[in-house]
Order: sequence, then C-alpha cells, then structure tokens
Amino acid sequence: MAYTVSRPKLSFWEKMYLPQIIGGLAITLRHFRNMITGKTKVIMQYPEEKWDASLPPYYRGAPALVKDEKGRERCVACQLCEFICPPRAIRILPGELPADSKWAKVEKFPQQFDIDMTRCIYCGMCEEVCPEQAIFLRKDYAITGFSRDQMVHDKTKLYEIGGTLEGLVFKWNPLK
Amino acid sequence: MDFLYSIDWMLIGFFLAKTIFVLVVVLTMVSYTVYAERRVSALIQDRLGPNRVGFPITLLGAKKDFSPILGGLGQPIADAVKLLIKEDFTPAHVNKFYYWIAPALGIGAVIVSLAVIPFGSTFLGVPMVIANVNIGPLFIFAISSLGVYGIVLAGWSSNSKYSFLGGIRSSSQMISYELSLGLSVIPLFIILGTLNLPDIVTYQAKNGWLLIPLTNGHFPTLRETLLWIPVCISFLVFTISMFAETNRLPFDLPEAEQELVGGYHTEYSSMKFALFFLGEYAAMIAGSSLIVTLFLGGWHCPFIPDGAGAGGLDAFHALPPWFWGLVNIAVFFGKVALLLLFFIWVRWTLPRFRYDQLMRLGWIFFFELALINVFLAAAIVAFLPN
Repeated sequence: MAYTVSRPKLSFWEKMYLPQIIGGLAITLRHFRNMITGKTKVIMQYPEEKWDASLPPYYRGAPALVKDEKGRERCVACQLCEFICPPRAIRILPGELPADSKWAKVEKFPQQFDIDMTRCIYCGMCEEVCPEQAIFLRKDYAITGFSRDQMVHDKTKLYEIGGTLEGLVFKWNPLK
Repeated sequence: MDFLYSIDWMLIGFFLAKTIFVLVVVLTMVSYTVYAERRVSALIQDRLGPNRVGFPITLLGAKKDFSPILGGLGQPIADAVKLLIKEDFTPAHVNKFYYWIAPALGIGAVIVSLAVIPFGSTFLGVPMVIANVNIGPLFIFAISSLGVYGIVLAGWSSNSKYSFLGGIRSSSQMISYELSLGLSVIPLFIILGTLNLPDIVTYQAKNGWLLIPLTNGHFPTLRETLLWIPVCISFLVFTISMFAETNRLPFDLPEAEQELVGGYHTEYSSMKFALFFLGEYAAMIAGSSLIVTLFLGGWHCPFIPDGAGAGGLDAFHALPPWFWGLVNIAVFFGKVALLLLFFIWVRWTLPRFRYDQLMRLGWIFFFELALINVFLAAAIVAFLPN
C-alpha cells in the first residue's frame, strides 16, 4: 500500500544551501587535516607492513603437506582430499610401497602431489577429510607466480610450506 | 596596422615563446591536478591515494626509491604513457568523422581560451599575455561555449544511449549556466569600465582586488564598500556557474558515473578519452584563471612590485625588476592552484544535484540573482559617481 513519506521541515538557513555546504566543507577539511597530521591511523602500507602477526589461529591460507617429528611423510595417498576438493585443485599419483619395506602395511605413498593454486579456494575441505592429518591449511596467503606452471605446488613445495608438525594433532584443535 | 605589412621576428618569437610556455605550464598543471585530485580525495576519505610511482632516485645514488613525500609524483607520467600506448579502439557503429573530431574540438576550445588570460605582469618589458584583446571575457565565453560541441558531437556520434544522454544533459546544462555566467560579470564591467583583462588586473593592483578591496592598504570608501556587495554576489554566481560550466561536481550530470556509465565519453578509449579528460581539467584551469583575473587580483600580490619594478615595498626594489616579473607569474599560477584545490575540495564534499534541481537553480535562482545584481551595481555607480 502506498503511504506518504513526510519530508523533514527545513529551517531558513538549511534552505539557503550555503551554510550547509560550508558545514560539509568543514567536515571534509577535518578529515583531510587529521590525515595530514597523522591523527587518523587506519592504513597499513601493505608490502612494507604485513598483518601476519595478527592473523587469527583459525586463518585458512595455502594448503600444505606436513611431516611428523621423525621426518616421515604422513600422507598415505588415500586420495580423499583429491575427491572432496570442490574446485578439483588436487592431483595425486599414488605409488605402491615395496613389500620388504618396514611400512609395507601402509601400502601406498604419494609419488606426485600437486595442488593447483589458481584453482584452490582455501575452503579447508582437504584438511577436514584427511584421515592421517597430513594436509593442513597454513597461513601463507601471498601465492604468486609468473605463469600457470609456477602456480602449481608440487610435493617439494608443499612440504616446504608445511614443515613438520609435532605433538598434539592440530586438526583436533577446537579453534582450527 | 603596420604589423600586418612588416614581419617583426622579435614579436613572433615572443608570441611563440609565450604560447609554448603557457601550453607547457597548463598541460603540466593538468596532469598534476589529476594527481592532486586523487591524493586530496584519498586524504578526505581517510585513504592515502597513489603514493608508489616515484622517480627512480636510486639511479642518482639515493638508498631507496619509495618515500612518503616524493612517492606518487611520477604517477601522472606513468598515466600519460599508459594512455598513449593503449589500444585506440573505434567501435564499428559510430559516425567516424564526428567521433574523431569531437575530442579535438573539446580540448581545442579550452586551450584557445587561455590565450587572453594575463598570467603575469611584464617580463623584461614583454607583457605576459598571449593576446592582449579588448574583449577578453567575451572571447572566453564565446570560445568556451564552443567546447560544448565537442561533448555533444561525442555523445551523438558514439551511437550509444548513455553517451547520447550525457551529451544532451551537457548541452542543456551549459545553455542554462552560460546565461548566469555572462550576466554575473556585467557588474564588474560597469565598475571597471573595461573588458581588457590586463587592464582589469592593473586596476586591481592599484585599487585593491575586487573581492578583497583591502589589499591596497587603504580603508575602503563608502562607494567601494557598497560596490563590494554586488561584487560578492557576482563572485558567488560566477564561481558556481563555473562549476556547472566545467562539468564538475555537484553539477557533473553529463558524466554521472552511476547513471550513465561514463557519460559522453563512454565509447572512447586511449588517447581520445585522455583528450576529453585533459580538456575537462584544462577547462578547470581556464575557469580558475578567469576567476583569479577578474576577482582575485590576477598576478598581483600585496607588497610585491610588478614586472617594471613599480609599486610594492621599497625594500624589494633592490632586486632587479625581471625577478619580480617571474614572482608575479608564480603568484598567478599559485592562486590558480589554490582555486583548483578548492574545486577538488568541493567535489569530494557535495553530492550530485538532481537534474530538475540543477535546472531550477540555473533558471529560477542564479539567472534572476545575476540580473538584479546588474541593476544593483548600476544604481550604486549612478548615484555615487567616482
């Protein structure tokens, strides 16, 4: 139903425009002055200053593979992360462990593990689904490259970002 | 008319030098006005604005390129290079001839109107105005209203609805504000009795600026005080009409981004777009120069002698007159720069007028105000002769 919006009653000086315009100019001048004198401090000079220190513990950055405290890779190439990945950014080429290996009961290991960072959406599904707590979202966010090839993280790169994870498994951290 | 029959190479040389000087200064000012616009708007909105593209001072032995003060000063150069090497795309559906001629018309008219502005007193005896004509303001109004052809042709030849609406809005806006623009300065000519811009500035140097009569150091007489009222009204109407004339906010309806994409230059790219941009800012500079010349004393600054070494404080006469000629030029462009900052300040303060409000303001308010003002000034001059 249509209804009438009552217009505000303006005083004489408000109707004259100019005093109101001068008031507006004063506001913008105050903002200008506060920026010049450094009173307003809202800006971070990004490449020189970074916000890494104030990243929250649950921040989702680039996914990476981790090793355990003895330097063994945790990934067993079960490919669950590859299947759950919504943008299909993960490609795994599983290999079979030799029968005489000490860890032969694990059966598989990743020969190749590629994450295409041009496709990754940082959703963290891979981390959620991983039964071995081998893949985690780290805090790296500035992933750059000059070509599409450079934007694909291979196994070496992923372990380099991930590093090792000791003690309590991060995945079951209530904040994470 | 002797100069028509004999070729005075000195005179031609002086004119060429002055023309090149004005062109170089104005084009540099245009690019740095754009930079100032971006910086000031950013600071008003609690941002920093372009502060990265500096000059490579590491090549000169400095430790690092980035500095908060010099940073960003290279931005206009980078922008110019970008606009020059971008692809110049002409859409297939445009009227080629008018599409190509429109940007040139737009900027050409503005640059021609700069010719009659006195940008300094004299320098080594040469008057610092390119064309010392007796119809200065009329010339400027005539030429700057030609500038609307550039916009209208651009809007029409682009064969696009947004451009067309922008062009239509621009033409109707210019027509409604040109009237009050022309009428508002008539009181000045009644008071001064001349249309020659260098003479107007000389008068102001002697008798105090029109808007601030105290600059000659004498307490104004009753006549001057009374005449100050119409001058203030003219200044107000003229400045606001100048905002409308140069398509600046709060009257930037021809290129209202939210409604018309880009207005009349929607279909333009590369250097043709840059020419419109350049023309718009050059028009701002021309308008500011005219306001400075008519109301704010042109090149005159209190206590500073003119280019012939006359006037000013006696202590300053120790320095050669050519030095004061240069100072006068600097004073003029300094005043213009301050006025440009004011233009920018207003732009980032006020919202855009609605179209009917704009028309109402032009036709019902400013036109009548300027008309009454003419009679007011005439009455004062008639009843209190000098």
